[in-house]
Amino acid sequence: MNQPKKLFPKTPTGINGLDEITEGGFPKGRPVLVCGSAGCGKTLMAMQFLVKGIIEYNEPGVFMSFEETVKDLAQNVSSLGFNLDKLAADNKLRIDYVRIEKTEIEETGEYDLEGLFIRLNHAINSIGAKRVVLDTIESLFGGIENAGLLRSEIRRLFQWLKDKGVTTIITGERGDGTLTRHGLEEYVSDCVILLDFRVIDQIATRRLRIIKYRGSMHGSNEYPFLIDENGIAVLPITSLKLDHSVSTEIISTGLPALDKLFQANGFYKGSSALVTGTAGTAKTTLAAYFALSSCRRKERVLYFSFEESPDQLIRNMMCVGINLKPYVKSKLLVVHSSRPSLQGLEMHLLVLHKLIESLKPKTVIVDPISSLITIGTNSEVRAMLVRLLDMLKVNAINAMFTALTHQPINETMDLSVDAVSSLADTWIKLKNEEESGNRMRNLLIVKSRGMGHSNQMWNFLITDKGIQLNSKEVITKKNNTDAIASGNKTKRKKFSAVII
Amino acid sequence: MAKEQKWELRLYIAGQTPKSVLALQNITKYCKEHLEGRYSIEIVDLLKNPQLAAGDQIFAIPTLVRKVPEPIRKIIGDLSNEERVLVGLNIRPLSSKTKT
Repeated sequence: MNQPKKLFPKTPTGINGLDEITEGGFPKGRPVLVCGSAGCGKTLMAMQFLVKGIIEYNEPGVFMSFEETVKDLAQNVSSLGFNLDKLAADNKLRIDYVRIEKTEIEETGEYDLEGLFIRLNHAINSIGAKRVVLDTIESLFGGIENAGLLRSEIRRLFQWLKDKGVTTIITGERGDGTLTRHGLEEYVSDCVILLDFRVIDQIATRRLRIIKYRGSMHGSNEYPFLIDENGIAVLPITSLKLDHSVSTEIISTGLPALDKLFQANGFYKGSSALVTGTAGTAKTTLAAYFALSSCRRKERVLYFSFEESPDQLIRNMMCVGINLKPYVKSKLLVVHSSRPSLQGLEMHLLVLHKLIESLKPKTVIVDPISSLITIGTNSEVRAMLVRLLDMLKVNAINAMFTALTHQPINETMDLSVDAVSSLADTWIKLKNEEESGNRMRNLLIVKSRGMGHSNQMWNFLITDKGIQLNSKEVITKKNNTDAIASGNKTKRKKFSAVII
Repeated sequence: MAKEQKWELRLYIAGQTPKSVLALQNITKYCKEHLEGRYSIEIVDLLKNPQLAAGDQIFAIPTLVRKVPEPIRKIIGDLSNEERVLVGLNIRPLSSKTKT
């Protein structure tokens, strides 16, 4: 594939993910309009643009604030580790707070906003600024009566900034049916970015969309973004290509007996596996085995648990003979527990994304992926899972998802199964059956892409030493009670005898 | 009492633009009429001293700032409307008398 041609120079934003979507950043030396409703993160995005510009690209910046005082601004972003005072002391940053108090101002006769130009010019020249933020210039409309004059002056200001060659973010509050209350979008024709803050089913999601970007390619979707302790991070979803390279290497499922059911003795490296089953069918146990096998290879595992806390998981796995504790201690296994309803789907995905990026695991387990479904609609869930799988595939990360299905065994109706099963490379189905007052655990490999696999339904026991797969088919009905279900040995023997 | 009051005014301009020149002419005229001997006008050219703009929160040119008496008042524009300037600066004792 050809490298995309650079049509004009760009200024990297320093905001995670945004540079990918905009294919390099904002148009260099031009104004960019960032608009959105109150509290959607405009000021933060603008500030991050400046601070990252200073720290990462050595481009000094000027922040002209019409709303918040210098002190407030500094306080608000200090939690992100931005030290504005220091940047200002180093002559890298100038913050100018423009306060317009309508009550103390009288207007008579002709005037212009040259004062603003002079202030801005002075600030830019004093530190050699390359980046400028005006936040938000629309406040002027509240302080000045002559709107017609203000409009022409704003137009002149934007042109002036362009001539000056500084990359500028202009923020604007979203109006009724318009992008900004006073139609700033009319004057900024190069690049417009819309931030959105929505609450769907009581869960807040932030999204970003590039409305226009003249003369440049850009992603046109809505991208979720996150505000956390590192500032704004945008999640690009553009990498949806089916051209990742694959491996022929085989990795163990963690359970030798289960490995044998696959022709190649395990999963392909970098593939994804789905484990489905109703409640109590040992899905998590299988996932723990998979985690263990990765740990034994000294490959880091990231375990997302949506139902159990890390401690609970360790304790519960201990009782079936899986000791995860040393690996958790050595940080080879990282368990990340959170409630699905804590945040929106996109946010979960972003958290996964960020953790995967920072920890660089070789194996990722999501247990259970069906929990996420409770917080999203059908298409949303599917889109999210596709993105997640895609990301894992691209990075050649082994993945295992568990999914809770509901009885009756109408699995195709189940959202999660429906969404994942076609995406997953391997699908293992677990089932509990009640028979003659006993429970039988069954395991069936539904599919395994690119390798042969056992077609039989296998039955297994869970003992305090772990899962024991019985080598006989389920119809022989031999030894098919399990230790946890009926720990009483004599009873079990009796049962076997009856069968025989 | 009010007659003893000193008026300290400051006019912000950016070069000798027609608007700035007009503003200076106007305010000088009003002051001579109403505040003879009790006023001072300082002219700040922001083209020469751009750093002074932030201190008085100047965004428009020309801007007339009444520093004394307090509180600070600002009048932006070429000051062509005498009535508004006098009211704005609170110079006219007449209008203040009608207030209760």
